[in-house]
Amino acid sequence: MLSSTAKNLYWMGRYLQRAKSTARLIEATQRMALQSRGEEAMGVAAMFGMEDELRQTQQQGGRLASLIDFLVMDESNPSSIVSSIGAARSNAREERNNITVDVWESLNSLWLELSTRLRGNRASLDRGALIESVKKQAVMIFGAAQVTMLRDEAYNFLQVGAFLERGDNTARILDVKFHLLRPDGNPHADKPDYFAWSEVLACIGAVRTYRRIYRSALDPVKVAELMLLRRNVPRSVHHCLWMVDLNMRELADAYGTKGEADRLAGELHARLRYARIDQIFETGLARFLGGVRDDIATLSEEIGRQFLLD
Amino acid sequence: MADKAFDEMNAGATGSVRAPYRGVADWLARTSPERVAATRHEVDQFYRRHGITFGAYGAVDGHEATIPFDIIPRVIAWDEWEFLRKGLVQRVTALNAFLADAYGQREICRAGIIPEDQILMNAEFVAMAQGLALPGGVHAHIAGIDLVRVGEKDFYVLEDNVRTPSGVSYVLENREVMMRLAPELFSAIPVLPVADYSEELLATLRSVSFSDDAEPNVVLLTPGHFNSAYFEHAFLADEMGIELVKGSDLFVDEGRVYMRTPRGPQRVDVIYRRVDDDFLDPLAMRPDSFLGVAGLLGALRAGRVNIVNALGNGVADDKSTYTYVPEMIRFYLGEEPVLSNVPTWRCDRADDFKYVIEHLAELVVKEVHGSGGKGMLVGPTSSRAEIEAFAGLVRARPGNYIAQPTLALSTCPTFVGQGVAPRHVDLRPFVLSGRKVTIVPGGLTRVALKEGSLVVNSSQGGGTKDTWVLAPGSTAGG
Repeated sequence: MLSSTAKNLYWMGRYLQRAKSTARLIEATQRMALQSRGEEAMGVAAMFGMEDELRQTQQQGGRLASLIDFLVMDESNPSSIVSSIGAARSNAREERNNITVDVWESLNSLWLELSTRLRGNRASLDRGALIESVKKQAVMIFGAAQVTMLRDEAYNFLQVGAFLERGDNTARILDVKFHLLRPDGNPHADKPDYFAWSEVLACIGAVRTYRRIYRSALDPVKVAELMLLRRNVPRSVHHCLWMVDLNMRELADAYGTKGEADRLAGELHARLRYARIDQIFETGLARFLGGVRDDIATLSEEIGRQFLLD
Repeated sequence: MADKAFDEMNAGATGSVRAPYRGVADWLARTSPERVAATRHEVDQFYRRHGITFGAYGAVDGHEATIPFDIIPRVIAWDEWEFLRKGLVQRVTALNAFLADAYGQREICRAGIIPEDQILMNAEFVAMAQGLALPGGVHAHIAGIDLVRVGEKDFYVLEDNVRTPSGVSYVLENREVMMRLAPELFSAIPVLPVADYSEELLATLRSVSFSDDAEPNVVLLTPGHFNSAYFEHAFLADEMGIELVKGSDLFVDEGRVYMRTPRGPQRVDVIYRRVDDDFLDPLAMRPDSFLGVAGLLGALRAGRVNIVNALGNGVADDKSTYTYVPEMIRFYLGEEPVLSNVPTWRCDRADDFKYVIEHLAELVVKEVHGSGGKGMLVGPTSSRAEIEAFAGLVRARPGNYIAQPTLALSTCPTFVGQGVAPRHVDLRPFVLSGRKVTIVPGGLTRVALKEGSLVVNSSQGGGTKDTWVLAPGSTAGG
């Protein structure tokens, strides 16, 4: 397999996951805003590191809606949902011979649907329906990959890309939201706001999962544990880094070589696997998450270096 | 009838928009009929996709139907809600005191306020539930109180539901649908959220466990997926993260209740049951029941498992006991009732009977144990033949009927056929009683979709609306 193929599949996984995460995050944050009328716009902005941009727009009389549009359908924003789906599609298009018809067609039809919607009247565009559609179809594309693709290197690179993106996304949500809700880092400060913490879980679609696991009222420490350490929660940081490690090992077995990327993937996985939530809070959640996110970024660079993707 | 009724949006002789509805009225004025038609189609799709269906008993064509949802919300101002909330807490507290008394010393009978026969001869009385000390003394943990409005400040309690009241899943899902369909409304109007109901419900259920286990095991007992409210059972179990069980999933051993799991038997501490009293335990109640658990009542009596709501609650919410509730409030709480009863004639009293038979054409007559809008007569909208036939029923069994004046239930603007028209509504808030009493702001608004109809029951062609309680300090809403 060519390095360029590996690269395309890796980024297809990342972009598709990014679009899906962004869609879910906007939906959860909006839902929260509708229920609590808090500083909704700032909350959304913080998730994407866009507080300054938002302040500027607000000074010019802008509203939350324009921020959402920037995140959903602005083609000049490389991280917008539309840009991400477009990028994933062009990655897939270059590798049509290396992915299955099912994967290609489901991704392409999502892209076609988005293009049609965006060509129409923007004022009457149903943003909710668009976000819903992205969420649903991204699940179908990943599902198509899972049930139709040959389990070879191409599949491994797709998986590594998707899980690295997803793990980083969950870590970022937890980091930002925890800081917003508990600026002093103390999870026991006062009675947790039900709506605020259920929104944090909703960002990774885990409100009902939380109930299943803990069967108790929402508690910030447990929310953090679920999002970080629970291996059986498919969007937890631990689960994602476990999957990254697993796919890296399969690649190492196939190639018969190992490098810095393998070491780092194994180390990150082990760190999440053996961590305890009370110890994490002792040293500080923000510090722990900062370290994990830095290393995820480094891992992405090392993967590029090791497999000649750059 | 409809022209006399109090319209919650356009009340008053001048027909001006009442303050709490200003935001909604603006929205209605701005929204095109096409948009509305599209939205209504979307709503139906949403409910079908989510499987939010209601199988009315006796429905032959198609087992599952969706309850029509009207997208114009019903709005309640904060101060109106505060008044209702106080009245609801008071009423449910008194009903719980009455149930504990009815199955205990019956002091209210000795005080001469309620005849003992009213309790002991009641078809809903469960002798086996006597003398139990339930955790917190609570019998009606989940109560649905049906309220109607007839004027700016005039609310009445139409009936109490303290057996297994349903409908709360619609409160939660209707809100989800509204936030999805009209987010712009929520940005403009400060509506209090309702999504924490499940969290409060779970806390309530846990707080009434006999065991002092920090995490008592709570399950929801359903009759199964043929039950008309099965969607709600599954919904609530999922929201709370507890097991949804059928009778066959549970068994009793050495006086304790267990559920069968692949890891072996697991103890159950609290059962939120949505199965009627009669079917709960074939050893103690109906022997032909397959829906219950043999030995369940023994475990309850031994203080090993709590059953929510308690058995025999029907003595507190039938339509003849209803007439005593204001007296209960005075007797147990020493307070004047905040919420009024609808004046009620009891046909087992000679004077009342005479009056009712002479005025059938003006009255609403109901069966004492009836529910779901069945077995009732709405005098003003009935034909002479119907009235005559019903008079025969009342004469045959006077004790089985009560009568009330035909109230001009308030109306709310509702989408019908070609446009917006006023339709009659009621309101069922859900009151949770455990170690404390909690009420999620709002409740289920049911709307009679047929012009002039006063019957809001979903089994009789009623629909629902999202119910908005506005945040404190906001009166205009827009």
